[in-house]
Amino acid sequence: MADEKGPVEIVQTPVELDYTYTAGQAATRFLKGVEQGKFLGQRCPVDGLVYVASRGSSPKHGVPTGPDTVEVSDKGTLISFSIVRIPSANLSVEPPFAAISVLLDGADSHLMHVLDECPLEEVRMGMRVEAVWLPKDQWTASMQNVTHFRPTGEPDAPFDSYKDHL
Amino acid sequence: MAELCGVVGIGQTEHRAARTDVSMAGLLREAAERALEDAQLTWKDIDAVVIGKAPDLFEGVMMPELFLAEALGGAMKPMLRVHTAGSVGGSTGIVAASLVQAGIHDRVLCVAWEKQSESNAMWALTISMPFSVAVVAGAGGYFAPLIRGYIRRSGAPDDTGIRVALKDRLNALKNPYAHLQIPDVTFEQIEQSPMLWDPIRYLETCPSSDGACAMVLSSERLAEQAPTRPAWVHATAMRSEPTMFAGRDQVIPRASLDNAKALYEKAGITNPRQQIDVAEIYVPFSWFEPMWMEGMLFAPTNEGWKMTYEGATAMDGDMPINPSGGVLSSNPIGASGLLRFAEAAMQVRGQAGEHQVDGARKALGHAYGGGSQYYSTWIVGSDKP
Amino acid sequence: MRDVAIVAFAQSPSVRSDTQRNEVEILMPVVAEVREASGIPKGEFDFICSGSSDYLAGQSFAFVAGLDAVGAWPPVSESHVEMDGAWALYEAWVKIQMGYADSALVYGFSKCSLGDLPEVMAMQLDPYYQTPLWPDAVSMAALQARQCLETGAVTAEQMADAVVRSRANAKSNPNAQLSGDVDREKLLAEPTFVSPLHKHDCSPISDGAAAMVLVAGEKARQHCERPAWITGFAHIMEPMDLGVRPLTESRSTAEAARRAGVDAAKLDVAELHGPFSHQEILLEQAIGIGSSTDVNPSGGALAANPMMAAGLIRLGEAAARIHDGSAATALGHATSGPCLQQNLVCAMEGR
Repeated sequence: MADEKGPVEIVQTPVELDYTYTAGQAATRFLKGVEQGKFLGQRCPVDGLVYVASRGSSPKHGVPTGPDTVEVSDKGTLISFSIVRIPSANLSVEPPFAAISVLLDGADSHLMHVLDECPLEEVRMGMRVEAVWLPKDQWTASMQNVTHFRPTGEPDAPFDSYKDHL
Repeated sequence: MAELCGVVGIGQTEHRAARTDVSMAGLLREAAERALEDAQLTWKDIDAVVIGKAPDLFEGVMMPELFLAEALGGAMKPMLRVHTAGSVGGSTGIVAASLVQAGIHDRVLCVAWEKQSESNAMWALTISMPFSVAVVAGAGGYFAPLIRGYIRRSGAPDDTGIRVALKDRLNALKNPYAHLQIPDVTFEQIEQSPMLWDPIRYLETCPSSDGACAMVLSSERLAEQAPTRPAWVHATAMRSEPTMFAGRDQVIPRASLDNAKALYEKAGITNPRQQIDVAEIYVPFSWFEPMWMEGMLFAPTNEGWKMTYEGATAMDGDMPINPSGGVLSSNPIGASGLLRFAEAAMQVRGQAGEHQVDGARKALGHAYGGGSQYYSTWIVGSDKP
Repeated sequence: MRDVAIVAFAQSPSVRSDTQRNEVEILMPVVAEVREASGIPKGEFDFICSGSSDYLAGQSFAFVAGLDAVGAWPPVSESHVEMDGAWALYEAWVKIQMGYADSALVYGFSKCSLGDLPEVMAMQLDPYYQTPLWPDAVSMAALQARQCLETGAVTAEQMADAVVRSRANAKSNPNAQLSGDVDREKLLAEPTFVSPLHKHDCSPISDGAAAMVLVAGEKARQHCERPAWITGFAHIMEPMDLGVRPLTESRSTAEAARRAGVDAAKLDVAELHGPFSHQEILLEQAIGIGSSTDVNPSGGALAANPMMAAGLIRLGEAAARIHDGSAATALGHATSGPCLQQNLVCAMEGR
């Protein structure tokens, strides 16, 4: 029964659960490369396409990637982007910022990161970009080693060169 | 081989940002009791219950159907819990229908829901793994680059999304259950609303809603005795593909096209735009209307936007899309797909009130989820298949 | 009803904590093995269904990674239940019954090691009344065990014997986590863990995965020499609240067994999913299992319990006894929810 204070509408139950995630074998190979300042791709044994960063399998074929690795460039093409203007608790950067999909040279899969050192109104598809690394003495086995991507100043890549990756 | 299945009862809640007037059980019962009332049945008439919702972290309860079992009349009955990401509402309807179509049960209640106000969905969607950089802000952040890809590929005019939003927001004014009701909404108002995830504006985005939807599905024999004309299930289809692989088309994924083909083949449809009278399509961001016009084969590649532009998808167009106001107007995530299925059934039962499409006899319900990778659809008709 | 058979089953070893492999990497070889065993190549399954839990994985949409493990390309007709894989098998069986599929691939997986499992399981309870008190899963089971012991529904000796049987049977199961020769008296003399439960009365915490293949009709014989034909399949839910249902019996198991047409007297093998020793006894009683039935030849959940796969594994282990000809009739059981809230029974036979 609701009394003069009104009904109980909210029960607050703070929940704190700790998890220890497993990177897995493929991500370990990738992160060990990042620890050395390199992006290591892994081939699908069926179609030979290079995954950066592999999550364990070639999703099309359901087979493990690797164990051999192939180093790809830390430069690539910005194939799509969004300007994120609203905050979210989990974000590692402050909005507004450019969230980008990058197709690294030598890779067949793209990864998401942040573009900086570029006015937001100039961000565009096809832009050539490169990874900006932390000082070497701060490298760990983590994607945090790359603080962001920035434009290289090279001419834009033609749409046809990346349209099949959208 | 499959038995016929008919929708004999439909119910939905009032969808709001926070339904603090009801518990989770209360929310689900509101929809379920309305569906039972529509079918003129009671809890005792139900043989099995199928529950669907999106990730458990949205409410902070692990497998919540367990604690809801009793409130949903599930005690000593079979209960299934479906979860196929954003398409889950549709999948829930399909699983419930399959229990009837397989001849296992005569009457199945399905309920799909979300009560996002009880936790933080934006957080739940983007828990950052220690191995990656968190740059995706909720679903909008994920889908914005795909929309940009569509605009670039199709050459669609920049204001296509605004036109979709305007149409759906005007349609929502005819739907008393819709969450977002913006009287006298204008093109300029949408255009000037803040950019959240470029190119998605605030008013081109779905709200975050508390809500539930329920349906009672019945075998042919019992559906024929129903007090209101049933909506007959003509076909159902589900398709999935991986989130990401080298060379994946994320804009109009093959799973969408395969799903559409499979659905039409089962329903005996050769020209969907002509043979389907109305469709409720899962459009959480306005630009997904033109994208799914192509993805559901209503329009040729790169021409989906023309249907919006020419008014074909309006209530009085030749292919009305989302007369209910769609996901842009109410988005209780887990329920959103089942709402599309239910609204399609309401249309062919002539129950849609002010947003009824005149003479609708065959309707399509659609849902998608994950990284545009899960699809569930059905076609229902006034006539038996 | 169409004749449907389990034609292949595979599982990963269950381990306390697989710190090397993520879920995809655990699942991939299991799916490959079951495809190989059935002779059905990737891309030729009419339907795929899986079971997993986001709270066990500690992230939303944990099941999506499963698509990467099965290689869901070209796109597949597929569904997922936030339940044990045994219910995924049920959904697949329904799809075959309705004629939308003639074959299905089913799998379940989890890494229970990632979080504090008993605490994570408290998230399963009523969020308004129970979760704020954080009753952990072992304590809930202990309440039930206490009732069973006090009412005489189950004796301490029976519980110890279930553990002895599990450990002994698991010696011949390379995928089990706990096995060996243990002694009833020694078990009873051990200190209690959460009274009245001893540590050995509780299933271990496990990481693991399992997969299965269903085929309809006579075609099943092309994929398996001796298919395990499903003769009955049913599942039943009870209310969650421990105060409104009898805890010293499993009514839902009894009802599911009745609906599945189980004739307990003729059962050669029963694989029961009892995560706590007293629950194994309650399940035997509910189904009416007698001394002529070989119970949990695999060791059961007391030997390994990778949740979301453990129920499917029970069905798979039962089917395996039909496949190898050691049983003519078998039953697989799966449970979910606190204190045996929801139960599934799958009856099968070789012929």
